[in-house]
Amino acid sequence: MDWLDNIIKTFFDFDAMWQVFPQLLGIGLVNTLVISIWATVIGVVLGMIVAIMGISPSRWLRIPARVYTDIFRGLPAIVTILLIGQGFARFSQQIFGPSPYPLGIFALSLIASAYIGEIFRAGIQSVDRGQLEACRALGMSYGKAMRLVVVPQGIRRVLPALVNQFIAIVKDSSLVYFLGLLVSERELFRVGQDAAVLTGNLSPLVMAGLFYLVITVPLTHLVNYFDNRFRTGRRKATPPKSGLAEVEEQNPTPTLTYGENS
Amino acid sequence: MTYTSPVPVTAGHFYEGSSLELKGLTMAYGDIEVLKDVSISVPPGTTTCIIGPSGSGKSTLLRGVNRLHEPKSGEVLLAGESVLTQKPDSVRRRIGLVFQHFNLFPDHTALENVALALRNVKGLSKAESRRIAKERLAEVGLAERADHRPRDLSGGQQQRVAIARALAMEPEVMLFDEATSALDPELVKGVLNLMAGLAQRGMTMLVVTHEMGFARKVADQVVFMDEGRVVEAGKPAELFDAPKSDRLKRFLSEVL
Repeated sequence: MDWLDNIIKTFFDFDAMWQVFPQLLGIGLVNTLVISIWATVIGVVLGMIVAIMGISPSRWLRIPARVYTDIFRGLPAIVTILLIGQGFARFSQQIFGPSPYPLGIFALSLIASAYIGEIFRAGIQSVDRGQLEACRALGMSYGKAMRLVVVPQGIRRVLPALVNQFIAIVKDSSLVYFLGLLVSERELFRVGQDAAVLTGNLSPLVMAGLFYLVITVPLTHLVNYFDNRFRTGRRKATPPKSGLAEVEEQNPTPTLTYGENS
Repeated sequence: MTYTSPVPVTAGHFYEGSSLELKGLTMAYGDIEVLKDVSISVPPGTTTCIIGPSGSGKSTLLRGVNRLHEPKSGEVLLAGESVLTQKPDSVRRRIGLVFQHFNLFPDHTALENVALALRNVKGLSKAESRRIAKERLAEVGLAERADHRPRDLSGGQQQRVAIARALAMEPEVMLFDEATSALDPELVKGVLNLMAGLAQRGMTMLVVTHEMGFARKVADQVVFMDEGRVVEAGKPAELFDAPKSDRLKRFLSEVL
């Protein structure tokens, strides 16, 4: 059973895993979450702008939104991260100092915003047209109608898709290491990879992988839960009620019968 | 069948309807003209019912009146003033529209549905808009259902909320686009009663409907449209009892 021993030593060396555990928890996990959450928040804001532009009646808003989406959705994440991270390094240094960390977050945000923009756009466009018309018919402006009625309904529908996008961002955040991070800035992958190189054993990387799964797997199931709930609707089952009961309830008082034309 | 107002006609809100006049209204979707040179005059406080087969341009006509769809040519006069030269939003505030499929806001309660535009279009305070919304809901017999969401209301109740929502803006004219076509049959009369009550309390109404009984009894004027044109117009008795055109005769023989 040599091969089994080999596998266990290579991937599941308990000592190596246990050694890297504090670093993964204290540095890696924290940084992965900080990067991912920032990228998601900025991505949601940018994505909403892109989505609103994308459904605008004006083509001067629509076309730039389209081009933006095509570029950042079409490029491999690593290309965007390197181009942004290295291309704007000097600019970023003046604002944030030498760390590439903010630029990594920004690059991830741009990628995320292209996907999130599409998610929002689809959600908003799936809202029945009658909703906008009802608002307009009441004298509401297009902007107010979108903000108060249409967009909130659209967002609610795409919450599961947004959680999926967050999962994708968590995984993509591992690519930020390409920009070269300080020791204290390393995210899960980099912490695991460093330890793996140091010990000549893959177990720390496996441990890092487990950390990712701890974040992503529960979220995946949360999405499924959401999905089911939305699909089945939240309407409580109520005993059937006859329409005739409603007719009686209105019980029109026969004070005046309108039978003749005025 | 007679229509009995759910609120005593001597009680409740009285309306001061304005006149509505369509002159040579022509409307098109792209290159396809769906409304051709339509002229209808609705005197203040009266009810005009528009009847006709599907595809006759009835719904398009209503959407032209409040400019949800811009007319190609012609004129729409509200209280004698052209609506085409005014801002659409300010015109729409003065014209209530009730849709076939209600179009209530699903994530708002009945009360919030009515109060939303009061607060955000008229700029009333929260308390004031809720007070008015409650009054209007009571007027359509739904005071008890104020906190229900649309999905917990029947179709008839939803449509009555939609009518309350339009009335809350104090429109000078009400447009109804097949308001009872999506309702279960036993709930139709409740909505028609409500509309008849409005007609009696001074509202100017332009009603697209398939309810011939309603058109005959409540309308002051009935307009028969087909293929985008007005074919025949007049008093209900004239149209229903002595139709002149062949097309109206055929239409009536199909629906009555």
